[in-house]
Amino acid sequence: MSELIAFLEPDRSVIARRAAIIADLADLVPASSLITDARELVPFDTDAFVSYRRMPLAVVLPETTTEVAAVLKYCNRNGIPVVPRGAGTSLSGGAIPQEDAIVIGVSKMNRILEVDLPNRCARVQAGVTNISISQTVEADGFFYAPDPSSQLACTIGGNIGMNSGGAHCLKYGVTTNNLLGVKMVMFDGSIVEIGGKALDAPGYDLLGLVCGSEGQLGIVTEATVRLIARPEGARPVLFGFPSSVAAGACVTDIIGAGIIPVAIEFMDKPAIEICEAFAQAGYPMDVEALLIVEVEGSDAEMDAMLGRIIEIARTHGVKTIRESQSATEAALIWKGRKSAFGATGRIADYICMDGTVPLGQLSHVLEKTSEIVARYGLRVANVFHAGDGNMHPLILFDANDPDESRKAEMAGNDILKLCVDAGGCLTGEHGVGIEKRDLMRHQYTDADLAQQMRVRAAFDPKWILNPSKVFPLDGRNGAYADETGETAGKTAA
Amino acid sequence: MQTNFTAEQLADPGVAMSEKILRKCVHCGFCTATCPTYVTLGNELDSPRGRIYLIKDMLENGRPADEQVVTHIDRCLSCLSCVTTCPSGVDYMHLVDHARIHIEQTYRRPLMDRLTRRMLALVLPYPARLRASLHLARLGRPFAPLFRTVPGLKPVAAMLDLAPASVPAASPVSRPGNHAAAAPKRGRVAILSGCAQPVLKPGINEATIRLLNRIGVEVVVPEGEGCCGSLVHHMGREPDALDAARKNIDAWTREIDAGGLDAIIITASGCGTTIKDYGHMLREDPAYADKAARVSALAKDVIEYLASIDLPDPVNGSGLVVAYHSACSMQHGQKITTAPKTLLKGAGFVVKDPPEGHLCCGSAGVYNILQPEIALALRDRKVRNIELTRPEVIATGNIGCITQIAQGTGIPILHTVELLDWAYGGDRPEGLPARATREQRAVQPS
Ligand code: SF4
Ligand code: SF4
Repeated sequence: MSELIAFLEPDRSVIARRAAIIADLADLVPASSLITDARELVPFDTDAFVSYRRMPLAVVLPETTTEVAAVLKYCNRNGIPVVPRGAGTSLSGGAIPQEDAIVIGVSKMNRILEVDLPNRCARVQAGVTNISISQTVEADGFFYAPDPSSQLACTIGGNIGMNSGGAHCLKYGVTTNNLLGVKMVMFDGSIVEIGGKALDAPGYDLLGLVCGSEGQLGIVTEATVRLIARPEGARPVLFGFPSSVAAGACVTDIIGAGIIPVAIEFMDKPAIEICEAFAQAGYPMDVEALLIVEVEGSDAEMDAMLGRIIEIARTHGVKTIRESQSATEAALIWKGRKSAFGATGRIADYICMDGTVPLGQLSHVLEKTSEIVARYGLRVANVFHAGDGNMHPLILFDANDPDESRKAEMAGNDILKLCVDAGGCLTGEHGVGIEKRDLMRHQYTDADLAQQMRVRAAFDPKWILNPSKVFPLDGRNGAYADETGETAGKTAA
Repeated sequence: MQTNFTAEQLADPGVAMSEKILRKCVHCGFCTATCPTYVTLGNELDSPRGRIYLIKDMLENGRPADEQVVTHIDRCLSCLSCVTTCPSGVDYMHLVDHARIHIEQTYRRPLMDRLTRRMLALVLPYPARLRASLHLARLGRPFAPLFRTVPGLKPVAAMLDLAPASVPAASPVSRPGNHAAAAPKRGRVAILSGCAQPVLKPGINEATIRLLNRIGVEVVVPEGEGCCGSLVHHMGREPDALDAARKNIDAWTREIDAGGLDAIIITASGCGTTIKDYGHMLREDPAYADKAARVSALAKDVIEYLASIDLPDPVNGSGLVVAYHSACSMQHGQKITTAPKTLLKGAGFVVKDPPEGHLCCGSAGVYNILQPEIALALRDRKVRNIELTRPEVIATGNIGCITQIAQGTGIPILHTVELLDWAYGGDRPEGLPARATREQRAVQPS
């Protein structure tokens, strides 16, 4: 299939030096941390944005920050691109390598280093999974709030790279709101500590800059994250509606009334069917759209908030209202929702969009999305974080059909443009990666992008870190230059 | 996920099946998180998604297996935790089965590995040979540390470590025969004698038969039964596995035709997973496909069977704190998750769920012999998690786990059915801590 998204032209001189580079890397990391066999490299050629694949030059899986630093220093000195990798669950291709790049994966750095309950924080290595933080402090009544659907597998390092969100971010904010500090290896191998255990550090808010920088400003090897006390109780409630538009309008009105539940999740009929088949969570099957609204607090607080939400839902013709009756049922409701993307694989291949729109536009964008997808002759399932307007249309297609694959990508692009035009943005939580890179111009002016690229170049003058991502390839020349005056990043033809 | 097979490749039923499985994988990566080898080694090549990709690449390119692929597939425990986790319903079990057959057919293993595997396949499935080897192993034990220092001999050292200090005498219940119901008859079942279990722990089937007889179930030990074949099946020796399956199917079919069977009772969940798959394994064999499907449908873990019938009030066992360890073949292979705990609670035990219950203990058939390092790391992790619950006894439903976990802890470990038999009026199982039940403590305060 001819690809819609280009990668940077690989640097042939780097590829020509492959054998020497591998020999040098072997001095920097243990043998069990270096992967160079052509067959063993194949499983690293993509992430969860599986329609694009590129073989890396080699993969290193360091066990310590010092090893990461040694490899990065070496790569920078020798002009070798580096692609950081967490668990490889990116839906925007953030971890897809390129032929001349070394992948630095943090999967072996998977230890929780310190739990500091009096200061309500934990210090963890970058490769720990998101959920394992919450599991570790669960017995003490705490949790780590951002909860991407892939939280079972995705790493905190990857979460920081993409500034990941999740269902519960409506109340608790995304990664950047829950990150207190990082240890990061810079392009030249120097190790810096940014932030700490306190909520605000003196000087520039570099932490805010690092969070969401998609592995282009440095490689995070340790993070200090905020822990939050578990609420007294939490209750997901299912609201079934006769139409997607009604459900969308209901969300707008809930938030408009100043009510902030912990989560408001939306599923349309195709998504309900997919998730129910996997999780058997007891979602209502006779409705066109479903909202999962979670409230928390004391029983009285939950009842009061639910009462107001039910009143609003009634005005939108809600058909079914069901409260979860037990912890098991609540867990199943969330399991179904969080497995939605993977479970879609039971019926088709998919690409998952991540546009965010102002809440008032929700119903409009949902309608238009259906139109766009129908125009390409494809199907769509919608399952997303409605409370903060973060849409996730899943465009269904057959990956073995090149024509459908192409159409799916084009429909995806149209949908993202629609989100931007409705006053929203390209990405709510999955990051730009390669997937949305070429649409960045639809969101930003050239001056905006040039400024972002200058910041990037200040951190990584030779652009060796994850170079194919985030910024459109064709606008790079002249926007930045390394010390030698050379411009980096030539576009593939 | 996109696949790339020619029509010619897809004419092979194994490849066609694998292609269907691969198409379902969306490469989301969820499965990596619950894979024991990924959690231990931190390398995606030793994760389900990595293995799926390696297998895909090998099959698509029609390549013989090579050292790299074999290394990572060999490290897979076949614990099937990934199957439980996968939201997309990827049938990893049959994919890796196919890969193992492909490896066995196209790859020549190093000499020591070949010898070890052949020896295991020749000894373990045959109770008499196993008994003789265990006696020999007792003599060889002092040499284990020496063997451990030679890479090719590590499996031998592991084997010697695993051999019990004493071998129980052969049990009368492993001989063919009928065990009549001792109460008004409510059912008739066959029981799989098995291969390693009757040698290592004959008490498990003895307890099962006692308990079933006492509640009115007639138990037959059919003539002609043997090893279920899972051992060779997991080594990719498919012709041997299918022979074992056919032999058992013949034995059970005779019983079904003679007196009728309500169930075929299996007391080792590892065997249960394989027997429940006979229907699939023999789907291409016109002479056996139907019979195999019938046998698979009748196969029940003893726990599954007990959960389906009414039990009387328990008489013993109250208050003993039991950590329940769910064997992978039980929870992931057969999806039996809550029944054992419900039965234990119903029988008066206090049941504890150890953390990380989804992770394998490292036993996995002969894995602890072939991959001793990973197996040991997993065993230690498992024992740590179990001991966190401070149990008085550990219960599980698979002989492999019993042998493996017993090596790492001083806490006694029993088969769930041994505890149930005791609770419902049977003998106190050997090895149960000498601790008074709550009732006895109430009478004689200490
Ligand atoms: S969880 Fe399932 S769909 Fe996702 S990568 Fe693993 S096998 Fe594939
Ligand atoms: S069967 Fe177990 S060891 Fe093998 S890939 Fe799946 S989870 Fe990992």
